[in-house]
Amino acid sequence: MSARDRILAKLKAAPNLPKPEPDVAAWFAGHRPVENTADKVARFRKCIEFAHAEVHAVTAITWLPKLREVLAARQIDKLLVAEETPHGNAALDELPPQGIECSTYDMPIEAWKTEMFHATPASLTAARAAIAETGTLILWPDAKEPRLMSLVPPVHIVLLDSAKIYNTFYEATQAEGWKDSLPTNALLISGPSKTADIQVTLAYGAHGPKELIVLLMGDEQ
Amino acid sequence: MNAQPIHFKPSEGFRDRAKAVVDNPFLRQSFRGAMDFLMSKRAGQFPDVEELESLRTLGEQIRQYNLGKLPELLVRLEENLTRNGIQVHWAETPDEANEIILGICKRVDAKLMVKGKSMVSEEIELNHAAEAAGIGALESDMGEYIVQLAGEKPSHIIMPAIHKTKEEIAKLFHEKVPGVEYTDNVDALIQIGRKVLREKFLEADIGLSGVNFAIAETGTLCLVENEGNGRMCTTTPPIHVAITGIEKIVEQLSHVPPLLSLLTRSATGQNISTYFNMISSPRKPGEKDGPEEVHLVLLDNGRSQAYADEQLRKTLQCIRCGACMNHCPVYTRIGGHAYGTTYPGPIGKIISPHMLGLEATATMATASSLCGACGEVCPVKIPIPELLMRLREESFSAPHPNPAMRGQGAGYNGLVSFVWRAWATVYRSPMLYGLATWAGSRFSWLMPSSQGPWTTVRTPLKPAPKRLRDMLKERG
Ligand code: SF4
Repeated sequence: MSARDRILAKLKAAPNLPKPEPDVAAWFAGHRPVENTADKVARFRKCIEFAHAEVHAVTAITWLPKLREVLAARQIDKLLVAEETPHGNAALDELPPQGIECSTYDMPIEAWKTEMFHATPASLTAARAAIAETGTLILWPDAKEPRLMSLVPPVHIVLLDSAKIYNTFYEATQAEGWKDSLPTNALLISGPSKTADIQVTLAYGAHGPKELIVLLMGDEQ
Repeated sequence: MNAQPIHFKPSEGFRDRAKAVVDNPFLRQSFRGAMDFLMSKRAGQFPDVEELESLRTLGEQIRQYNLGKLPELLVRLEENLTRNGIQVHWAETPDEANEIILGICKRVDAKLMVKGKSMVSEEIELNHAAEAAGIGALESDMGEYIVQLAGEKPSHIIMPAIHKTKEEIAKLFHEKVPGVEYTDNVDALIQIGRKVLREKFLEADIGLSGVNFAIAETGTLCLVENEGNGRMCTTTPPIHVAITGIEKIVEQLSHVPPLLSLLTRSATGQNISTYFNMISSPRKPGEKDGPEEVHLVLLDNGRSQAYADEQLRKTLQCIRCGACMNHCPVYTRIGGHAYGTTYPGPIGKIISPHMLGLEATATMATASSLCGACGEVCPVKIPIPELLMRLREESFSAPHPNPAMRGQGAGYNGLVSFVWRAWATVYRSPMLYGLATWAGSRFSWLMPSSQGPWTTVRTPLKPAPKRLRDMLKERG
C-alpha cells in the first residue's frame, strides 16, 4: 500500500462527522458595506497608504506625465514595461524621447536574470482590479506582463482604474468568477515588501519592491 | 550551520529550560515586549466584538466543514492539482517527506534550495536532512535566516527570531556574513539580508515553501507573507516544492477570504498581509517566468491520529496564526525554545503529542495555568483548554487497550494515582474527612519542611492548629 492509500485509509476509518456548509455570502452581506466608487476609492487609498504605498490620482491624460515625475523624483531613468499592453505601449512611445529608457520583458527570465536583478530599477504594470476593504491591488500576471515584474525591481508602479475597485476580496472572487478562471499565479499586493522580524521594528524593502506607487486613474480630476 | 534535530524528549528538561529563560531578564524583555506589541496590534484590528465573534464562528464552521470532508477533499485536491500540472506526493512520516523532497533535488542535481517560511519543513527537519545529503538549504525569511545563521531554531511560528535583540543580530551579521561592518540599524540589517539573499534566489535550483490554504475545487496553493521571499522562492528557481500538513485544505475558493482575514488580523494585527500568492500551475507555454515544475508534498505525521477522535480532531482546525502564543502567560515568560518542540505555546502543546507521541510529550499539557486566553483568542475557536485537559487525561491515566493516542498512559504513576484515589475516598466520607482534619490539626508539626516543587519558591504548607468546624463551634 502506498503512503497515499494508507493515509486515506486512516482518514476514512475515522468517524464520519459531516458538518453543515458555512454561509460565507450571508456573513459578508451582513458585515461589510457596499459602497459607491468615491467611497471605495477613499477607503482603498486610506488603507494602502497606511501600508506605506504612494498613491497619485491621475487621468487618461495625466498619468504619463505623473509617471515621469515619479521617476524623476527618484532619479530613475530606466523603466521595465510590458509590450503589447496599452499602458506599456504608451510608455514605450512617450518616455524614451523624454530621456527614460524603456526595456521590455521580451524573453524568458533565464536569458536575462542577472540584468533583471541588478539593472532594473523600476517597473510599470497594470492592476486587474483592487479591494477597498484592505487597500489591495489584484494582479494577474500573464505572458505579456510576467510575475517577476511586480517583485524584483525596487520600485513598482501600478496603474489602477478606479472603476475596478471591489468592496471586498470575497466580492472580487465572486463577481469575476475566479473559481473557473484562476491564472498560473494570481496575486494580492497591499503595499511595498516589509518585515518586522528584527525586534518587531518595521522595515520596508525586505525582498520585494521597496516602494509601491499607485497611479489611480479616475475621471473626476 | 543548522541546529541539531530533536532527538530528545521535549518533556524532559522542560523545567530547567523554562527556568533558564525566566532567570534571563533580556530574553524575558524580548518576549514580553513582542507579545504586548502583537496583542495590542490584534486588539486594534477587532474593535467590533460582534464582528469578531461572528467571524470566528464562521471560521470555525469553515474549518469543521472542510475537516468533515477531508478524505474526499484530499482526493479532489490531488485531481485538480494534477490536472493543472502540479505533481502531488504523499508522506506519512517526516522521513518519507524528506525522501520525496531530496529525491526531487537529486534528480536535477540541485546544489541549493532556498526556503520560504514553512513550519512543516521545520517539523520534518528538512534542513538537516538536506545538509546530510550535501544539498544547501537556505532560509530566506528574514527571521528564519537570522535563526539559521545563529544555528538555532525558531522561537515563534510567525516571528522566528523574536528572542534576539537587534544588537545580537548586528553581532551575528558582522561575524557570519563576509564583509559586513557592525551596525544595529534595523533598516541597514534588513538591507544586508536582502542583498545576500537576492544572490541566492538567482542561484537556487529549488524553491521550497509552505502552504497556508490549499483549495480543492480549483487546485490552488495559497501563501501569506509580507517580505516577498515566498514569492521569490515560488517564482525564481526552476522548481518549486511546497509542503503542507494534510489538514490545510478548503473545498471552495469562497472559504478563503474569511480565513485570510482571521489569519492576518489575529497573527500580526494587519488587515491583510503584503502579499497573498495564489499558485495554480507551473509555467505555461509562452509564459516567461515561474518554475517549470511545481510539486506538493502532503504530510500526515500524526494528524490522522488526531482526526480519528471527534474532540481531538478540533486540533486540526488550526490556521497557525500564533495568537494563542502571543496571549499565553506561560509562553510569554518562557519563550519558544523551552518547549523543545517545533511548535511551541498552546498550539504546540495540543499538536505535538500527535506528532511525537505522548511518551515524549507527557507533561507538555501541564505547562498551562488553564487561564483560557488561548481558547478565547483562537480565530477558529479551538477549545484549547479543553484539549489540554483531555491530553492530561490521556497522559496520566492508567494505560488501557485501544487508546486514542500513541503513548497513552506514558505519564502514569501508580503511587500518585493511589494517593489521589485515597484523597478522593477521604473527601467523600464526612467521617473520614473529620478524622483526617482532626489528625492534621493535631500533628501539623509532622509536615516536612521540604515539600517538593511547592517549597522551592513558597513557604511549607501546614494545617491550621484549629479546624474551621472547631472555631465555629467555639463561637456557638
Ligand atoms: S490554535 Fe488557534 S490561536 Fe493557536 S495558532 Fe492555531 S489558529 Fe491560531
